[in-house]
Amino acid sequence: MEKRVTFRGIWLPILLVLPQIVITAVFFFYPAGKAIWQSLFIPDPFGLSMQYVGLGNFEYLLTDPYYRGAFATTAIFSGLVTLVSMGCALFLAVLADRLIKGSGTYRTLLIWPYAVAPAVAGVLWLFMFNTRVGVVTWYLGQLGYDWNHVLNPHEAMGLVVIASSWGRVSYNFLFFLAGLQAIPRSVVEAAAIDGARFWTRFRTIVFPLLSPTTFFLLVVNIVYAFFETFGVIHTITSGGPQQATTILVYKVYSDGFVGQDLGSSAAQSVILLILVSILTVIQFRYIERRVHY
Amino acid sequence: MATVTLENIRKSFGKTEVIHGVDIDIADGEFIVIVGPSGCGKSTLLRMVAGLETITSGEVRIGGKRVNEVEPMDRDIAMVFQNYALYPHMSVFDNMAYGLKIKGTPKSEIVARVDAAAEILQLGPYLQRKPRQLSGGQRQRVAMGRAIVRKPAVFLFDEPLSNLDAKLRVQMRLEIKALQRELGVTSLYVTHDQVEAMTLADRMVVMNDGVADQIGAPLDVYANPATIFVAGFIGSPPMNFIDTKQISGWTEPPCVLGVRPEHLHLVSEPEGRISGSVTYAEPLGAETLVHFRTTDGPSVTVRQDGAEPVPSEGERLGIAWKTDKELRFSEEGQRLADS
Ligand SMILES: Nc1ncnc2c1ncn2[C@@H]1O[C@H](COP(=O)(O)OP(=O)(O)OP(=O)(O)O)[C@@H](O)[C@H]1O
Ligand SMILES: [Mg+2]
Repeated sequence: MEKRVTFRGIWLPILLVLPQIVITAVFFFYPAGKAIWQSLFIPDPFGLSMQYVGLGNFEYLLTDPYYRGAFATTAIFSGLVTLVSMGCALFLAVLADRLIKGSGTYRTLLIWPYAVAPAVAGVLWLFMFNTRVGVVTWYLGQLGYDWNHVLNPHEAMGLVVIASSWGRVSYNFLFFLAGLQAIPRSVVEAAAIDGARFWTRFRTIVFPLLSPTTFFLLVVNIVYAFFETFGVIHTITSGGPQQATTILVYKVYSDGFVGQDLGSSAAQSVILLILVSILTVIQFRYIERRVHY
Repeated sequence: MATVTLENIRKSFGKTEVIHGVDIDIADGEFIVIVGPSGCGKSTLLRMVAGLETITSGEVRIGGKRVNEVEPMDRDIAMVFQNYALYPHMSVFDNMAYGLKIKGTPKSEIVARVDAAAEILQLGPYLQRKPRQLSGGQRQRVAMGRAIVRKPAVFLFDEPLSNLDAKLRVQMRLEIKALQRELGVTSLYVTHDQVEAMTLADRMVVMNDGVADQIGAPLDVYANPATIFVAGFIGSPPMNFIDTKQISGWTEPPCVLGVRPEHLHLVSEPEGRISGSVTYAEPLGAETLVHFRTTDGPSVTVRQDGAEPVPSEGERLGIAWKTDKELRFSEEGQRLADS
């Protein structure tokens, strides 16, 4: 049974939702509307006049090899971030789930990275992998590996993926652990008695029963990798070398604020807006309905 | 098929010991029921046999082989859980076939065995359904089916019927009994319901707070309980306990007398060995239960034939019984030798 509070008048409810509506309007509808408007124009270099170009900005973008490149980079980047952060989190959650003693400490320690702001995390990783004074770089050098993410695009991508995934592991860990603990113990025990060893149990029972959590995290992490990793990329690589780590959201920034191409930047924002809408729709359709067994 | 032996089994969770040394010898094909009140350690004992709980000390042997360190999957057992523990994302067929698939049984044999089990348990029409699309009774059957398709050496049941309604429980009880007879698989069955225990068991184990108070055939346990606990736990309404201090003219050493309600008779007040007044009577048709408050003593229940007149409330009457029907217990609850 759902409990509902019913109001007699119309004004009180309106008053109560007003702050939320105002915030959404100011920080979402207004900028989104403005971006859509701007994406239809090309301003002159001094910002004095604007020329209407219809969908010209979009047409240009879709044929621009650099923009397509950014699409591919984003796909690789978010795929890797999702995979690494969810993989590590699931592994740690499975360990924590089996642990009885000291699981509280273990959990607390694992949650800490989540409290670190992405830009700060970026700086921390940057220090460790600094090409001249970084600790990790030095150790890698001792092992005979010459780390240089400033010049090597693959190493740059690797570094931003690690830095972006690191804080994310905590978040995913919490959800995975809750998901694991929601699986009835007796079901797993029944599988053990039926002859399934740890790995078989995990593959045939635990993982399928965890699928709602996994799916939810998949969407949430892709959204994260698309949008919230800006700080990490900005501090570590600034999209370089040779745009190897320029993901879509970073390109919006670099084209718009650095390159001053506001029309193209606005059009890119609109494309991102559409992408995030699609992801949100997927999330609501599948998660709210709780499709699983 | 196998024998199962528990030898001085103890279990501690942290510092608290919950099983204080239990010995049970189970013959091949025997149906043993462990019965006792909630929290006495029945499930813990069963889970130790299953390998789901470590054994603090003592030894469990299945088919004569020590299995303390053997993983559950290598013990050749099947277990039916109280909440059935079906795999919610698999069809009924896959639930039953799971164990066989893992063992690498050929596909055709899996189908044959599952079909045979479904036939016995009348699950044929439901094989493609998911557990959530089944009723409680059907789920229970699937859990049974999952156990029998594997043809294990030992069945373990942990209160498999306690989630069913009364009528279904009686029906499933008969089915389980028939099935076990037919398959002849050694079974260990846990319940807190003494009627279930009495009807199912070849021998029953009455547990009291981590100790097996008595092991024996149901009627033997009923007729000859070893302790006050067993006497009071088995039988409904429970046995009456009468302190010999209440009986005028008791000359032997004081003790506690236990008499079953069906062995007490109502007589006129002076004829009775004890007396009291009727608090209320429950006419149940075939029999009438008459509850008494004895003079300065606990209440006593008399079970009499339904055809006899029902006494009215507040009536003062005496109660008599034959001395060969009384059981003597020490103040500590142990059975004393009959005098
Ligand atoms: N994992 C555990 N940790 C600590 N104590 C436990 C644990 N499992 C059981 N116990 C304790 O052991 C005792 C026996 O529990 P058990 O589950 O075996 O009882 P039971 O006889 O099956 O009761 P019920 O009829 O209610 O199922 C209880 O006092 C319980 O609190
Ligand atoms: Mg129990």
